[in-house]
Amino acid sequence: MLTYIIRRIGVMVFILLGVSVITFSMMHFVPGDPAEVIAIERYGEEVTAETIEHVRRELGLDQPVYIQYFRWLTNVLQGDLGYSARTDRPVLDEILTRLPATIQLALAGMLVSLIIAIPVGIISATKQYSIVDNVSMFGALLGVSMPNFWLGLLLILLFSVHLGWLPVFGRGGIEHLILPAITLGTGMAAITTRLMRSSMLEVLMQNYIRTARAKGLTEKLVIGKHALKNAVIPVVTIVGLQFAHLLEGAVIVETIFAWPGIGRLMVGSIFARDFAVVQGCVLFFALIFVLSNLIVDISYAYLDPRIRYARRRV
Amino acid sequence: MGLLQINNLHVNFPTKAGVVRASDGVSLEIKQGESLALVGESGCGKTIVALSIMRLLPEDARISGEIRFEGKNLLSLGKEEIREIRGREIAMIFEQPATCLNPVFTVGDQISEAVRVHNNCSRKESKERAIELMEMVGIPSPQKRCGQYPHEFSGGMQQRVMIAIALALSPSLLIADEPTTSLDVTIQAQIMELLKDLIAKFKTSLFLITHNLGVAAEMCDNVAVMYAGEIVERGRLSEVFEYPRHPYTKALLGAISNDGLRPIKGSVPELTRLPNGCRFHPRCPQAENVCRKVRPEMRFKVRCHLWD
Repeated sequence: MLTYIIRRIGVMVFILLGVSVITFSMMHFVPGDPAEVIAIERYGEEVTAETIEHVRRELGLDQPVYIQYFRWLTNVLQGDLGYSARTDRPVLDEILTRLPATIQLALAGMLVSLIIAIPVGIISATKQYSIVDNVSMFGALLGVSMPNFWLGLLLILLFSVHLGWLPVFGRGGIEHLILPAITLGTGMAAITTRLMRSSMLEVLMQNYIRTARAKGLTEKLVIGKHALKNAVIPVVTIVGLQFAHLLEGAVIVETIFAWPGIGRLMVGSIFARDFAVVQGCVLFFALIFVLSNLIVDISYAYLDPRIRYARRRV
Repeated sequence: MGLLQINNLHVNFPTKAGVVRASDGVSLEIKQGESLALVGESGCGKTIVALSIMRLLPEDARISGEIRFEGKNLLSLGKEEIREIRGREIAMIFEQPATCLNPVFTVGDQISEAVRVHNNCSRKESKERAIELMEMVGIPSPQKRCGQYPHEFSGGMQQRVMIAIALALSPSLLIADEPTTSLDVTIQAQIMELLKDLIAKFKTSLFLITHNLGVAAEMCDNVAVMYAGEIVERGRLSEVFEYPRHPYTKALLGAISNDGLRPIKGSVPELTRLPNGCRFHPRCPQAENVCRKVRPEMRFKVRCHLWD
């Protein structure tokens, strides 16, 4: 198990290096001269060509690309992601101060989706083709088809504008979290419900479920213990992979609800051409993606002893 | 009075291709302490009869008739009442033990759970009992192996685990559905020997389902031969073995005779399209005109016109 984790981390490093190359070079294909933009930001519209050149030299933008890359990478590895052109604060600080808000939102979204998906999926599967099943599958179809931003706006209209129950935007108490979390969690809930249902249906046909019943176990134990632990294995994979997608969704949801997280930081920085921050955010999201994949694989092995042992032998 | 009495059991499955008549008026009896083998080719409805007793048939099955176990009609019991009987009074082991054990729980857990579900005992007590049972079914170093998962066991050892689960509460009836079919030949004999010993020890009646008359002969007192959803012959196993009367029984015995394997020509009819008259007539070497038209009744423990 330990060697497996170490190997996976080794692979992870290469993936992240690849990501760093791509993000770094992408910034160089963006139209517009970053040196000029930054100079204007700093010194106002009336900048001379000399000032722009000065800025270019100062930021190392006159060096060949690969030197820029290695310089940048060395700094990144030391935790220096550069400075935000807008605020002059270190990019890492900008990201880290917003990290708790984003994590909170993503976890809340995940919680919303799991609270809906697992019980609804189980009930749908055990009562296949019943009214309950049909209604929840239709709900799942709606949930998966609805774009985040549209659902978010509808929720704001209903609960904040018309009913006045919940705040429209910003971060504060739990009441601020409810709407964004539902907006973010709905799509994932829909996918996870369908997956939970189909996984459960498949498990319920297995011989070991018949054995469990033949032992005289209560239906509650048959479903809640014997079937659930098997059915949840593929769901865990998807939920883990979806966690990274939740962060992606956070970019939109944070913008709608003015949630002070990394997604909103990234969107704001793109519009302001704050390259260092955009790079930092992209790298950060990549890191989260890779990490969540790793966690999925490890928890998979924990849930399914067959995988655990197969890997021990590797 | 019999321990288990099945009267006129009909099990139908409505399908797009027509109604599958998996059990068509089956009647059987098992007396306390006796053992019965239900013999027939694959697809003739044997497993359906077994699953009917346990009430483990899929929900779309239409069941009628009567299954009396210690006087109670199992088919009219409520869900909770039948659950109380499962495992405690009637236990079952199956073909392919590898798929019958839950892959994500340890073997010890799956055995002790069977103990715990009907007896109000602690986890520790049930675990001790599980280790005892594992020892009894011949699993070496049970202390260590009870913490292992099913995939770490061989097929024979997995079936031993299933037997331990089944006998955990010393049921009065054990249903064994092709318990050795998926195992190696050498292991088959070991498992049969073990079953025989344990049944004697626990005074459990055995309802053995097999396609192998040889296996049946080793294990059971009585036999019922099933073909295409109905019983065609029954009696003491020694007598049926010596003087088989139904042509199908003769053919089954012929298939395992000493001069090599002799397959029975043709195949079991589809249960949606049963032939008129005697169901065996298309494959029967002695079929006469009446066999093609009139369905024979069970008379003198055989369902054949030639014995009228």
